[in-house]
Amino acid sequence: MRNDYDVAVIGGGVIGCAVARELLRRRLRICLIEKGEDVCSGTSKANSGIVHAGFDAKPGTMKAKMNLLGSRMMPQLAEELDIRFRRNGSLVLCLSEDGLPALQELYVRGVANGVEGLAILTGDEARRKEPNLSENAVAALYAPTGGIICPFELTIALAENACQNGVEFRRNETVTGISRETDGYLITTNLAQIKATCVVNAAGVHADKIHRMVSAIPMHITPRKGDYCLLDKEVGGYVSHTVFQLPSSLGKGVLVTPTAHGNLLIGPTATDVEDKEQTPTTAAELAYLTKTAQKSVRELPLRSVITSFSGLRAHEEGGDFIIGETPDAENFFEAAGIESPGLTSAPAIGSYLAERIADRLGAEENPDFVPTRKAIPRLAELPAQERKALIAENPLYGSIVCRCEQISEGEIVEAIRRPVGAVSLDGIKRRVRAGMGRCQAGFCTPRLMEILSRELHRPMEEICKNVPGSELLTGTMEGRK
Amino acid sequence: MRVYDLIVIGGGPAGLAAALSARRAGVQDVLILERDHLLGGILNQCIHNGFGLHTFKEELTGPEYAARFIAQVREENIPYRLGATVISISREKLVTYVSREDGLVRVQAKALILAMGCRERPRGALNIPGSRPAGIFSAGTAQRLMNIEGFQVGKEVVILGSGDIGLIMARRMTLEGAKVKVVAELMPYSGGLKRNIVQCLDDFGIPLKLSHTVVEIHGKERLTGVTLAQVDENRRPIAGTEEYYACDTLLLSVGLLPENELTRALDVTMNRVTNGPEVDDRLQTGCEGVFACGNVLHVHDLVDYVSEEAALAGKNAAAYVLSQPCAGRTVDITADSGVRYTVPQKLDPDNMADTVTVRFRVADVYRDRYICVYCNGERIRRIKKRVLAPGEMEQVILKKSELKQPLQSIRVCTEVE
Amino acid sequence: MRELTCIGCPLGCSLRVFEEDGTLRVEGNTCPRGETYARNEVLCPKRTVTSTVAIRGGTVNRLSVRTQTDIPKDKIAACMEQIKAVCVEAPVEIGDIVLPDVAGTGVALIATKNVPQK
Repeated sequence: MRNDYDVAVIGGGVIGCAVARELLRRRLRICLIEKGEDVCSGTSKANSGIVHAGFDAKPGTMKAKMNLLGSRMMPQLAEELDIRFRRNGSLVLCLSEDGLPALQELYVRGVANGVEGLAILTGDEARRKEPNLSENAVAALYAPTGGIICPFELTIALAENACQNGVEFRRNETVTGISRETDGYLITTNLAQIKATCVVNAAGVHADKIHRMVSAIPMHITPRKGDYCLLDKEVGGYVSHTVFQLPSSLGKGVLVTPTAHGNLLIGPTATDVEDKEQTPTTAAELAYLTKTAQKSVRELPLRSVITSFSGLRAHEEGGDFIIGETPDAENFFEAAGIESPGLTSAPAIGSYLAERIADRLGAEENPDFVPTRKAIPRLAELPAQERKALIAENPLYGSIVCRCEQISEGEIVEAIRRPVGAVSLDGIKRRVRAGMGRCQAGFCTPRLMEILSRELHRPMEEICKNVPGSELLTGTMEGRK
Repeated sequence: MRVYDLIVIGGGPAGLAAALSARRAGVQDVLILERDHLLGGILNQCIHNGFGLHTFKEELTGPEYAARFIAQVREENIPYRLGATVISISREKLVTYVSREDGLVRVQAKALILAMGCRERPRGALNIPGSRPAGIFSAGTAQRLMNIEGFQVGKEVVILGSGDIGLIMARRMTLEGAKVKVVAELMPYSGGLKRNIVQCLDDFGIPLKLSHTVVEIHGKERLTGVTLAQVDENRRPIAGTEEYYACDTLLLSVGLLPENELTRALDVTMNRVTNGPEVDDRLQTGCEGVFACGNVLHVHDLVDYVSEEAALAGKNAAAYVLSQPCAGRTVDITADSGVRYTVPQKLDPDNMADTVTVRFRVADVYRDRYICVYCNGERIRRIKKRVLAPGEMEQVILKKSELKQPLQSIRVCTEVE
Repeated sequence: MRELTCIGCPLGCSLRVFEEDGTLRVEGNTCPRGETYARNEVLCPKRTVTSTVAIRGGTVNRLSVRTQTDIPKDKIAACMEQIKAVCVEAPVEIGDIVLPDVAGTGVALIATKNVPQK
């Protein structure tokens, strides 16, 4: 591996991957350093998967600008990357008369931010759109441009496309120090020393630590944990819009939404925590979550919960995104404090930073840049004839490994073999959803491990759930030669 | 399109017994579709003994029990496809499956037998708080990794749930050198068979903590421990009873769920207790010519009864293919007073066989109770039971001769003295 | 008096074993198997051991095995030690003897799975 780049991007989340991909529109040598075993393994892996319409952020903030821009860019990006994106519309519920002024304020803010199509509906109008809404909803802000996307699909597709276009992905590599050199930066990792003219800090909850390696300007990221419950696809249609409640100081509150893949998702809670690595759910938060979600919709089908999980938002004390060149560190660019609406904003942040960096470096256009990538075929969603033809071409598509989601061995093998491919069970799950269904990998775990072992030429005992240390097996039976 | 007389979905114990029985009842054109790469289903990984006492009058291991049925299927030359996953079925009995060898295939059946088995309830369904490290397995997954693949899944183990697979795995892991620290059971009674508690826990001094559950999972990459707590009568953890157990493995044996994804497309009545389709005394679902048996119908604790039930489904499917008996009127069999459900849920009094076995489970552990059957409001059966437990399936055999005609209602219940 | 749960069949009868004047009396059993079980359990408890051994050249990696009959409980550990050291060659059929005399019990360890050659 070469250790000399024009730009080194730190962090393989949705922001890092978006910046890296955008940078390739110019002729540049780029690497992306990710401490996890896979991209999309931090903040990007556990969030609501919402493309926000953009009425929340205060007008004039980076959040407001990037949200609107990102939401507008999303359809084309989704098309280029062949990923699911649907504008299902969102509703912010007002559950008591007292909240009406706040709802009105949200409407005014949205209009000021340039959000199209906003309307305030009466409770009955809202229930006509969304029959399972709570009887207590007295009014709702309707935003037709709200949408849903799969955060794994988006991040992984960006990474894959970036890799195809020439970004070097350095996974399992942790940045331990950065020093300024005359012509750029020297990045020290657990594995190597990397020279780069420009650095992009997209390190999520760790962005403040990276920032402090080069800058004296204070920055403090607080990991703000959010617990979620994911419900079975059988109740995925319980609501068709993304249903919020009026926001509080800690964020947009608990939502109830269909996901891009057709499950129902409720969450997140919001609790500031200390540990940036651990994300345990807690009984108290899960209880609060279900109680709160039940206020939005009638008879929430909680017996269909298939899993709960939590994620960390990277909350910066200033409250806004920090995007751009660090004032006291030339050629050091940052995207820090990227909490909600970070996923929505990712395409906009990517192009905003990439343009500035490329201009700084005076890089010329890259005529070889290919903005498109094809998704791994999702056989279970194809018409029978197409499916038949694909199986005839590659018989592995006929061998079903994950029963719940009907994922074939062919899809799994492709998830491993693709650029920036899966190296762990979680990596497979995020790419093709094997193990994501209602049995939560009960049946397919042994098969997935075998396929990983075969494709990666690694013994079964070394197959991990995610990071090193998360091996599933503790040894072989004796007697084996 | 190829038309079969009978297609059996699933080549586990239920599917094999059903196919054999149908063939022996005169249906030549049978096809078994099995998604795994060998016949026998879950029995292949159940290497412990205890199977077959009822059917073969000897104690066999799972693979031995399966092998006897597989041998018969081969002798009868019943065709089967392996690695063949059925992806859809319809009310018209159109079956679509995919496999590596055959690609995507559509076949038509005159009759269908559903024998897809069941799966384990995952951690998510329990919503246990905490982290999400490696080292948490459903007991059956661990069983497969050990008994089929030949790997150790952990060294220090806590088991949540006292279902049979969990108990069997407690012994299995202990024999292979792991330390099984405790089995925690949410309910005040075990969900597994008594004999398994004796043989798998008592024999090795493994404590069984009833009315306990896991309230938190610890560890980042690999599990480092779990917190257990006692629960009250509403199954809510009691504050102050928390106890930490260091362990690298948590096995879950917290229930089995019939795998009825395919069945839903048939738009038949499903039973909320069994999670399986409702059936009549011929084990026919609400869709004519579609029969169900084994764990897809209701979860059994003994494979012998699966085989017996499947043989009945096979025989009735054969009768349907050969003579297309028209559906008669049916009478509901209701379950109450301590009986959670019955299978079958209804009965055709005019066309029923001379005897009908009604299987059921009770709602709680009862001592010295009677199992009673009422027919048109009149008690026709009263069987004393010293112990009844939800973990052990019960049955009564109804004789056609003892049912009052015209039959209006049948009720199965428990009664105290 | 000793209380036992019969494991002879799924019924799991609750047994009570009384020792009177050097003879054993069993109560609570519903069949003769219960009486036999209770007597053995008090005098010399026995179990069938099931496990797997390594197999080479077959279609699978592990061969499931069991002791042909029950062996004394106190021999289980020694039996497992021997099982761990075994590696057989495919093909194997159900009932094939893997070890003729496991842990000095006089009981054979037999295969419980048919494993053809690869």
